[in-house]
Amino acid sequence: MRAFTYERPVDLAAALVAIGQPGARFLAGGTNLLDLMKVEAETPQHLVDVSRLPLDQISEENGGLRIGAMVTNTALAGDSHVREHYPVLARAVLNGASAQLRNQATTGGNLLQRTRCYYFYDPSTPCNKRAPGSGCSALQGYNRIHAILGASDACIAVHPSDMAVAMMALDAEVEVEAPHSHRRIKIADFHRLPGNTPQNDTILGAGELITAVILPPPPPGGQVYRKVRDRASYDFALVSVAAVVETDGERIRSARIALGGVAHKPWRALEAERQLAGVPLSDDALAAAGETAVKGAQGHGHNDFKIPLAARTVASALAEAAKQRKA
Amino acid sequence: MPDTILGQPIDRIDGKAKVTGAARYAGDRRAEHPAFGVIVTSTVGRGTINKVDIKEAQAAPGVVLVMSHENAPAQAPFKHAGDRHARPKPQLNGARVHYYGEPVALVVADTFEQATAAARLVRVSYQTEMGAYDLAGNRRFAYTPAELVQGKPDSSLGDFDKGFAQGAQTVDATYTTPYQSHNPMELVASLAQWDGDRLTVHCATQLVDAAHHSIASTLRIPLENVEVISEFIGGGFGGKLPIYGDAILAALAARQLKRPVKVTLTRQQMFSVTTHRAATIQRVRLAAGTDGKLTAIAHEVMSQSARMDEFVESAAASTRSMYAAPNRLTRHRVVPLDMPVSDSMRAPGDAVGQLAIEQAMDELAYKLDLDPVELRLRNEPTEDPEKHVPYSTRKLVECLKRGAAEFGWDKRPSVPGTLKDGQWLVGFGVAAAIRGNYRRPATARVRMDENRHVTVEMDMTDIGTGSYTIFAQVAADALGVPIGQVTVKLGDSSYPQTPGSGGSFGAASCAPAVHDACMEIKKKLDAGQGPGNLQAEVKSAPGEEFKKFSQYSYGAHFAEVGVDTSTGEARLRRMLGVFDAGRIYNSKTARSQLVGGMIWGVGSALHENAVVDQRYGLFVNHDLAGYHVPVHADVPAVDAIMLAGFDGKSNEMGSKGVGELGICGAGAAVANAIYNACGVRIRDYPITPDKVLRGLMRPANLAQQR
Repeated sequence: MRAFTYERPVDLAAALVAIGQPGARFLAGGTNLLDLMKVEAETPQHLVDVSRLPLDQISEENGGLRIGAMVTNTALAGDSHVREHYPVLARAVLNGASAQLRNQATTGGNLLQRTRCYYFYDPSTPCNKRAPGSGCSALQGYNRIHAILGASDACIAVHPSDMAVAMMALDAEVEVEAPHSHRRIKIADFHRLPGNTPQNDTILGAGELITAVILPPPPPGGQVYRKVRDRASYDFALVSVAAVVETDGERIRSARIALGGVAHKPWRALEAERQLAGVPLSDDALAAAGETAVKGAQGHGHNDFKIPLAARTVASALAEAAKQRKA
Repeated sequence: MPDTILGQPIDRIDGKAKVTGAARYAGDRRAEHPAFGVIVTSTVGRGTINKVDIKEAQAAPGVVLVMSHENAPAQAPFKHAGDRHARPKPQLNGARVHYYGEPVALVVADTFEQATAAARLVRVSYQTEMGAYDLAGNRRFAYTPAELVQGKPDSSLGDFDKGFAQGAQTVDATYTTPYQSHNPMELVASLAQWDGDRLTVHCATQLVDAAHHSIASTLRIPLENVEVISEFIGGGFGGKLPIYGDAILAALAARQLKRPVKVTLTRQQMFSVTTHRAATIQRVRLAAGTDGKLTAIAHEVMSQSARMDEFVESAAASTRSMYAAPNRLTRHRVVPLDMPVSDSMRAPGDAVGQLAIEQAMDELAYKLDLDPVELRLRNEPTEDPEKHVPYSTRKLVECLKRGAAEFGWDKRPSVPGTLKDGQWLVGFGVAAAIRGNYRRPATARVRMDENRHVTVEMDMTDIGTGSYTIFAQVAADALGVPIGQVTVKLGDSSYPQTPGSGGSFGAASCAPAVHDACMEIKKKLDAGQGPGNLQAEVKSAPGEEFKKFSQYSYGAHFAEVGVDTSTGEARLRRMLGVFDAGRIYNSKTARSQLVGGMIWGVGSALHENAVVDQRYGLFVNHDLAGYHVPVHADVPAVDAIMLAGFDGKSNEMGSKGVGELGICGAGAAVANAIYNACGVRIRDYPITPDKVLRGLMRPANLAQQR
């Protein structure tokens, strides 16, 4: 870890000014940034601690929900409104990390957590995300946990968040502040594919701070979050699926499918969703949707299994969501 | 209730100190005006260091010393021969790089943070060479080692080929086990302090006596000028049998700087600077008649060994004693690779050997259409089949029968893939366990003061096993005093010599010494001396019983596993182990040992895997986010039963080794349960969802057709 300076601004305006210093980074729960600083995958010169800014409220807004960026993962998953109306989100959050980490991790920080690619964490190996232009070690290396969709030759890392996958299925928006700007970004546009600049995980501009995540009114239908992993808890997803399915008992009215562990960002399977709209509910239809969800997927050797695994998990999660028949 | 405290499930006497932080581990030790050292490790797997550029590091804030092979003090040379844990361990003693992650420099600064930051500024350039990192790919370089801990590398009896050909059913299968890393919770750490020419090292070591010799001989100073203290150890598992660069480098730096120096490995460095469990490739061949009796058994093992220092994973050694069969064959070969040094890890040899042989027995049972418990019962030998001597004690049959009854083995689906629970297919698996029983010479000193307070002193260690507690129980029992009147002092090289903690021999070796020393005190009391100012120091050693008898601990594991039919995830649902370890000194700490071993077995079956990047020889998933061990959710209901027993051939106290028994066979029971659940046989450990899924997707899979 390199030496750094630290400050804790008293309010949002002060934080947005403080971040203008050279090499400054925001610090919230610190569950990822501090680990990365220890291995020098991140080397900020200055930390602006935003963890105590008054952004820790969950409130109803226009039939939906406004989740402050500093709401902890534990508070989010335990919120009665979230549990009742957005169970896919509560389940996704509870499937992430451990209880201790969820107590510390924040909503904004969860969106900004960085990949768990082994090589990203090991400065003795090349990594375009950590050291742009140095090469991707995973492409020809051990890539069992890596991307099958939307990857590039520069980077095949995946985004590790569970929470963001559920938010993707819920069409959330991310509220962002800078000294002279305020914008809302659709979560589908918030994270980016690696392309030739994998060092950029999101479209956030310099000095922008996430202040809230906005959920639209809950979608009709049953909601399921299904996470496949090597061990039963405290593990990142090999593949995860957030599924929302609305049926009339026999036909699927609408479906939403988002996947985690497969791409550099939470992945929405829109074509598979369209394919399901209005068709009779059947195992074959769900299996076909699973296949569509991984259309164009490409394995890199160790992670080839993720392609059939993702297809099967989509089908299985859809079936479970359809069974709930919640209108 | 028995009238003795021996065997009672009393709480560990150091428990309160541990949970309140009063127990001081090596890394917790403080000294006046300390400096902190951080190790820099190699970033190539094989080659030669061209240059170590220390300019930038040396100029960094707080840095007081940067040491590399270019300026390290002379030390005793490395020796291949001799006790591998007591040998000299010279550090930074040449430009050769033997493996990825080998110490190449030490940076010492006023604070740990300064040393950590400066360590990244040491620039090492290398002449990189092509290294050999792949076990299977280098099998043509395999050679026969001179010997195993358990004797000769090869053994044979009868005519294997003929016996194999006679079998009505045969199994010929190859199993592979991955690299594993001990990674106990406590990082390896040392604090070294000189007082004139006398050196004190607080370090995390299982073997204080070996560490004592290793440090003194490396530094070429008299043994009596070195004191090694290892009072509390946060897990060892074999990973703290040797000492490592932290101890030597701390001592060298402290001598040069004339101030105490503390060196702690990072979690990532634990994967390469310390030892690991070698990867293996094991071929097992079994043949049996229609009566289920084995006609031939062969177990051939190939394991990784570091090119710089040999270690043999003796995976087939216990196979020589396990089942009756007239025709037998075992072989051990090692493949030298440019990888970090392998060494003992919980039940070395046995843990991985039984992952193979106990799965092979299961495969044979299905071929014979015989209950796998019954198959094992039918091959129970009357004497050790290769040594031709009686067993000291062997209650494997009782372990199997008791376990089957308690577990509800009769509810096992006899056809794989037939028991469903929602999305899960459910299966039962069984495996037997065998672990060599060892004993080494040990000396204990016992004192009694005028208040009848008893103090026991040995250089033995407590690596979390409960040593402090059981020796207090032994002394309290022998002298008839309350346990609160006994103080046990361990982990200091100034105390009488013991073998330390390793090979499950600690209790069996040291308890008789404590007992005998107490008996001498008792004799003195009976003769009218004391009670104050009494002291006895007694050495206790094994006799001929280890030659005259075949000595092992035994067990049987029963596991119930669920397999998710869409994802291939296999999860343990419940597990029971029944064990024969002779007399138990403390049924609570012993049970913890056994359950801990079983959980490690579950991890060996499902999770643990230190993956090598074949391009660099790097353990790529070198932290606890990437290297998976079971978490609580993976081990919902694990229980252990200890059969009442007494093995007087093992030692006068009647105990056999416990610590490593629980892991033996445990993983195979899980693997066998997975097959019973879904008809997928995975011989390549660990059995992760990708492998099970591949099996489930095979058109011929039984479970999928149902």
